[in-house]
Amino acid sequence: MLLSLEPRGQQSRLMLWCSPLLAAALTLGCGSLLFIALGHDPLLTLHTLLIAPVSDLYGVSELLVKALPILLCALGLAVAYQARIWNIGAEGQLLLGALASSALAVNIIDMQSRWALVAILLTGTLAGAAWAGLTAWLRTRFNANEILTSIMLNYIALNLLLFCVHGPLKDPAGFNFPESAMFGEASRLPLLMEDGRVHAGVYFALLALVAVWVLLQKSFVGFQIKVLGLDKRAAGFVGFREKRLIWLALLISGGLAGLAGVCEVTGPIGQLVPQVSPGYGYAAITVAFLGRLNPLGILFSSLLMALLYIGGESAQMSLNLPQAISQLFQGMMLFFLLASDVLILYRPRLNLRWTRRAQATAVHAGAL
Amino acid sequence: MPNHAPIPAPVPRLQLRAITKRYPGCLANDAIDLTIAPGEIHALLGENGAGKSTLMKVIYGVTQADSGEVIWQGRRVTLRNPAQARSLGIGMVFQHFSLFETLSVAQNIALAMGAAAGTPRQLEPKIREVSRRYGMALEPERLVHSLSIGERQRVEIIRCLMQDIRLLILDEPTSVLTPQEADDLFVTLRRLAAEGCSILFISHKLGEVRALCQSATVLRGGRVTGHCVPADCTDQQLARLMVGEAAQLIANYSKVTGGDAFLEVRGLSWHNPDPFGCSLKDINLEVRSGEIVGIAGVAGNGQDELLALLSGEQRLNRNEGATLRFGKEPVAHLHPDARRRLGLSFVPAERLGHGAVPELSLADNALLTAFQQGLVSKGLIRRSRVETLAEEIIHRFGVKTPDSQTPARSLSGGNLQKFILGREILQQPKLLIAAHPTWGVDVGAAATIHRALIALRDAGAAILVISEDLDELFQISDRLGALCGGRLSALHATVDTRLSDVGGWMAGQFATPQSLASATR
Repeated sequence: MLLSLEPRGQQSRLMLWCSPLLAAALTLGCGSLLFIALGHDPLLTLHTLLIAPVSDLYGVSELLVKALPILLCALGLAVAYQARIWNIGAEGQLLLGALASSALAVNIIDMQSRWALVAILLTGTLAGAAWAGLTAWLRTRFNANEILTSIMLNYIALNLLLFCVHGPLKDPAGFNFPESAMFGEASRLPLLMEDGRVHAGVYFALLALVAVWVLLQKSFVGFQIKVLGLDKRAAGFVGFREKRLIWLALLISGGLAGLAGVCEVTGPIGQLVPQVSPGYGYAAITVAFLGRLNPLGILFSSLLMALLYIGGESAQMSLNLPQAISQLFQGMMLFFLLASDVLILYRPRLNLRWTRRAQATAVHAGAL
Repeated sequence: MPNHAPIPAPVPRLQLRAITKRYPGCLANDAIDLTIAPGEIHALLGENGAGKSTLMKVIYGVTQADSGEVIWQGRRVTLRNPAQARSLGIGMVFQHFSLFETLSVAQNIALAMGAAAGTPRQLEPKIREVSRRYGMALEPERLVHSLSIGERQRVEIIRCLMQDIRLLILDEPTSVLTPQEADDLFVTLRRLAAEGCSILFISHKLGEVRALCQSATVLRGGRVTGHCVPADCTDQQLARLMVGEAAQLIANYSKVTGGDAFLEVRGLSWHNPDPFGCSLKDINLEVRSGEIVGIAGVAGNGQDELLALLSGEQRLNRNEGATLRFGKEPVAHLHPDARRRLGLSFVPAERLGHGAVPELSLADNALLTAFQQGLVSKGLIRRSRVETLAEEIIHRFGVKTPDSQTPARSLSGGNLQKFILGREILQQPKLLIAAHPTWGVDVGAAATIHRALIALRDAGAAILVISEDLDELFQISDRLGALCGGRLSALHATVDTRLSDVGGWMAGQFATPQSLASATR
């Protein structure tokens, strides 16, 4: 092996900051090569993918709208993942949040009070938490693996949502389209600007960001969650209650995903539709790890993920770039970001013995 | 293989020349030379961390040296893996056995030898023959989980002897044996050596090295510090080679009787749900304030179970709460944090992964058990107080570390143990329970730890030490007992106890009359 990796023994502070830059450089380089090979102008394509979508206020607003649910889900997942509880069910928890809150919203369309919105938001958040609570119960009561149960609950949530949208919650005046009635004005999240779809959900996201940051970095409960994740025996020997912490982490995780779901239906969409989520809950898993389970990191990675979503769409429209190619570019970026993180714990080393032998044979060949 | 060339001296079985192995941040072996003659029992002496394990892994092909030569019977070889080492006739018995508990002895041996050696049934006669020839009684059909630790070690040794063996490496083989079992092992090893097999015996126990080995190589800090004939050296000389000039470390501490009982265990029985675990039967124990009680025993005789019950990792039902009492307070049903509020401090056997979280900083690891000492306010961690506590532990107990933000993982065993013990002692416990407090710790750190325990005892704390190191127990404890098969012997004052008494208790002979023990003194 010409290049080998050696453990550093300790995290490299420098690499902690440099690895995202390295990943960005590699992505831009390899992306350019890809676009050249396909006959596209690399600079123009990169501009369309990464800069054009956010070059005006409307673009920024769209970016925030996309980033919001991903951010909320990923923050919740970070709490669970710190405890090494692999909640894969953010998607289902989001859908259930959207479903339960819609069920309430379509029944109070005429209510004028602002409390309508409060009740709807609470319902959605609690529904998400309850859905995650099922996973917590199965895990703590029957020791069922949370990865399996949370994934399976995703499908149950999706089919519940489809059933309701096609059945009990379908708009009676909606020409049989599978969607609910539009919510009342009082049940909608207020918009933040005139010409954009960004809504008050951003405040919830900021609040959740700060709350999760305090929980994980400053609070003793967060410390217990981290210890449980890193070292279950140490947590047991000092008396941290494993089951209680599992419940807590999953309820927070599910609650935030549920909140993301309500914000979608009461914000940009305004009604319950089958396509509430294009997979936000799954994207949030990537985003949580990309942000290294750190709330600030997750903020950046969710914005990046949203940018990749929007950039891909606009490149498809203006440059005729096939969707597969923009997805390839996204995949490349995620790959490089995660791969560069290897350098935080490992040091690359050129194997000198090998190079020396290579040189020797080269000299030998030259002599002949 | 007849060799007609006239050779004046026999070709050494194994010769190492300038073996060097570097790990990130440490030079484990630094230009080590070693020569072993055929039929020689050669000791490799050294403290933990001296580089013994690395060296034998190089010989057995588990790791490769960065530089240096391995010469096997006069021929230079490169050992790439253990299979190759075995094909040359090198066998190794590790400290931790690699046996499948649910399989029989013969099945385990067949698995290790590969398909070519035959089925377990075909191997049985050979296993019987080998075990008879070397005086190691062993039934090939028995399931491994039903064997004692000493018998399991025999399985490992017989596995090595089944093939044509020229060099047997034993890594601290006596650490899991009672003194009597160790003597039996030595008989086997001498017989093996007499037949021409070389033996590399790794240990840090001077007495047994002197009894068994013809020559010794001493390592310290990855280097050879001396070759000697153990029989001709005093303990002091050997200790100096092993640990350097700081060898005036064996102290004599006064023995005391203590005050009122603080920890009381009354008729504690506990059924272990793990079929291969050890169940506890009717344990009675009492530790007084201001004394150290030592519990000896070979690993796996109920130590882990007793520790879990004492620490609260394993709780009993509320109605059984009174089987364990801290100062009259029933505690057997309480969580560990509640027991800590009543004055318990606990040092588990495993430092990393139990007593400390490897990835977390020392400061966070201080918080781990000391969180009830005013380090948390309104649910938030008081960082500055945590730092102060960590600094104090590091300073007072001489923990060598760059700062309190260093992850626990990067500390050496001795340093981390000083930190963990310091963390527990600074909480001013009324009862300290320590498991194997100096296991794998260098002599200097062990002395520091012993002094700290004695100081805590003299300050009036009740201390319970569970250890496999009999020298340590005799040195620090005021009363002694031993666990065997989940039962605890009666406790006796250390001054009235001989080593052989404890050896008997470890083997389950609890009936040693106390009068006899004191009569012989």
